[in-house]
Amino acid sequence: MEHQPPPFFRTGPTPLARLLIFSALSLAFLVSDVRFNYLDSLRQVAAIVVYPLQRIAAAPASIVRRIGDFFVTHGSLREENARLTQENFDNAALLLRLKALQAENAQLRDLLAARERLGTKLIAAEVLYVARDPFSRKVMIDKGSQGDIRAGQVAVDNRGVVGQVTRVYPWLSEVTLVTDKDQFVPVQNLRNGLRSILSGTGSDGTLELRFVPSNADFEPGDELVTSGIDGVYPPGLPVARVTSVERAANQIFARVTGVPLGGVANHAHLLITGGSRDLPPRPSADEPKSPRPKKSRKG
Amino acid sequence: MADTRVTPHEILLPVRAGFIAATLLGALLLNLLPWSGVWLSIKPDFVALVLLCWCVEQPRKVGFVSAWLLGLVMDVADGALFGQHALSYSVLAYAGIVLHRRVLMFSGTPQVLHVVVLLLMNDLIVITVRVLAGADFPGFQYFIGSIVASALWLPLGVLLKLPQRPQPDPDRV
Repeated sequence: MEHQPPPFFRTGPTPLARLLIFSALSLAFLVSDVRFNYLDSLRQVAAIVVYPLQRIAAAPASIVRRIGDFFVTHGSLREENARLTQENFDNAALLLRLKALQAENAQLRDLLAARERLGTKLIAAEVLYVARDPFSRKVMIDKGSQGDIRAGQVAVDNRGVVGQVTRVYPWLSEVTLVTDKDQFVPVQNLRNGLRSILSGTGSDGTLELRFVPSNADFEPGDELVTSGIDGVYPPGLPVARVTSVERAANQIFARVTGVPLGGVANHAHLLITGGSRDLPPRPSADEPKSPRPKKSRKG
Repeated sequence: MADTRVTPHEILLPVRAGFIAATLLGALLLNLLPWSGVWLSIKPDFVALVLLCWCVEQPRKVGFVSAWLLGLVMDVADGALFGQHALSYSVLAYAGIVLHRRVLMFSGTPQVLHVVVLLLMNDLIVITVRVLAGADFPGFQYFIGSIVASALWLPLGVLLKLPQRPQPDPDRV
């Protein structure tokens, strides 16, 4: 004890030792987040701590927006009203047909004893802020698991698919936009029913169909809607419009790019819908393997 | 010649822990504001800036624990990988603590040049982590935020020292 320095000079481990400890801890967190998802509960705790700050920080913008809403001019209101009336007329006709079609569809499905295809539950949520992560395209919305939102659900706006809920906190959720590099949407071409997988490119406003054979029938102007075969995205939601198709003779795949139809870059309200439906169980992987050895014995 | 660079240090009151916490919280709130568009691309990382400021000014009071926890909070708020900011802020705190005497020796532009290097290193760590995890390089505009941040360094230094300035005693001339 006599050789210990007095408390005033005692500073604990050296900065380098501390750096090593904290770096090792951070790296462990990183690896576990990338590979294993062990720390989701810790992330939930941190999210609850941050939540009040997020709400406080988002408050000024929403106040400004509300003040802006208050000072809308008479002219723009009338203009909007006229436009909405017109839209309402247009939609009413479609809606009448839709009702008839729905009834007819329900009857046919009853005949086929098929399952209900699309849950009609829609949850409205507001975009709080754009996540400041230049490596991904994500937005935070103001509803979470307490608002009955589950990971995997689809975020749409009035024009099309915007993204997918990828992480759910108690009162907030993270929506990965369709423009994110690692976000994939199974789509089909509305014109000819051709299926493909749409992925983001990481840059705003550009989507790409990967691994499309160069003779596939995609043309600029084609509208891509969700195909629904994945069981996650409800079928028939507009996703993108093809803008360019490049076919090079020395490439196996055509380069098909498009623009998202949903307001991906807008701060707006989103509707959260869909989620994994009850699909029949997948055939187990062992079944197809069993005939093979028999065949080889025969041969 | 060397003497002209060394500024006479003011004698300041001891800083209160509550003030440090409040400034870090304020920086966090600034980071969480709904930035978008051009503003998002030039937005400095306020947390890194304030953290570095305190690590340089008060290396005994602000250090690794606060840096690491703030990093985790930023990761959750940004929807980033859990631990990327924790790592970069820890290294930033280390650099700030180890270099604090050296940085304080300088004033004005030379000090800012030290700070810009440290903040760019902070960015570089985040980029390295994300590229290793499979992301694309986001382009050089990613570094603009740190350059803007270093421009804010000197005003921020003045601001953070304001409450520690001894009040002039009105009874004495």
